[in-house]
Amino acid sequence: MTTNQKKGIFGILLIGIVLGVILWGGFNWALALTNTEQFCISCHEMRDNPYPDLQDTIHFTNRTGVRATCPDCHVPRPWIYKVIRKIQASNELYHHLKGTVDTPEKFEAKKFELAKHVWKTMKRTDSRECRNCHDYESMDFERQEPRAQEMHEEAGDKGYTCIDCHKGIAHQLPEEYDPDQDNPGESIYYQ
Amino acid sequence: MRQKTLVIIAAAAMGLSMSVSAAVDVESLRGDAVAKESAKPAKAKPVVVQGGIERNYKIQPPIIPHKIDKYRITRKNNGCLKCHSPKTYKKEKAPKVGDSHFLDRDGKRLTKVSSRRYFCNQCHIPQLDAKPLVENQFVGAK
Repeated sequence: MTTNQKKGIFGILLIGIVLGVILWGGFNWALALTNTEQFCISCHEMRDNPYPDLQDTIHFTNRTGVRATCPDCHVPRPWIYKVIRKIQASNELYHHLKGTVDTPEKFEAKKFELAKHVWKTMKRTDSRECRNCHDYESMDFERQEPRAQEMHEEAGDKGYTCIDCHKGIAHQLPEEYDPDQDNPGESIYYQ
Repeated sequence: MRQKTLVIIAAAAMGLSMSVSAAVDVESLRGDAVAKESAKPAKAKPVVVQGGIERNYKIQPPIIPHKIDKYRITRKNNGCLKCHSPKTYKKEKAPKVGDSHFLDRDGKRLTKVSSRRYFCNQCHIPQLDAKPLVENQFVGAK
């Protein structure tokens, strides 16, 4: 190998590395940018419907000042699931352009269906996004209200997942939701 | 004509002087110099009682023995019914909505909570552990 060839290979390698860092970094940077509340509510559908809904709940204001923003619950943290979710989001872009829920009335009419999607996903993933913050491992049952203690123990024994009982804690429940149909273990809302 | 104008002017002047004197005379009960701000009410926590709070009289709507800030009652949903509805109360070990709440005003049985009983906290209220401002020896009916 001549010195010139060596130089060439070295050069290609260097360019490759620099390009790789820029592209990979740029990709992750763009991913992070689309993972903010600010980005979510830059569409009026989100700003006018689910966002005011959230503002009434304990996930928005509470005594300790910890706030959950949209992506904390709606975007998975593990990389591969995150990317899959982001690809699915292109469907949301399509419906944004189509104007599927561009008025509060349309959103309200569609809310039950949309909510069921989220419940189904949460059920399937064993409420993975809830557990980013609310981990059984770090949950001290002794410090909960007696009723909550009892329920959480039962839930653990019977293998219930967070969403089985905690629906509508960050948004108002859709009108069609009927608590009588939603006993954990026999809920009709995951079909 | 001149007389009429004079009367009007006189009436206007009288009205003006009355309103001016009224503005000066008005005084609030404790005067305009408030020396001390009234004390803030002591901070009080919501009362949580296992097993509920005794009624004070026979037909009193039972008092809510837990916090209710997480539950909302809207036109579309009633958060209380998540635990207190006839189908869920057993599992949640919660008291059931009274049977009377399913009757409409003509006494007809409904399958859902009657709209006139829908807003629970019109009658049922949670309690704070606030100390009574005045000593009180009330004893509830037994």
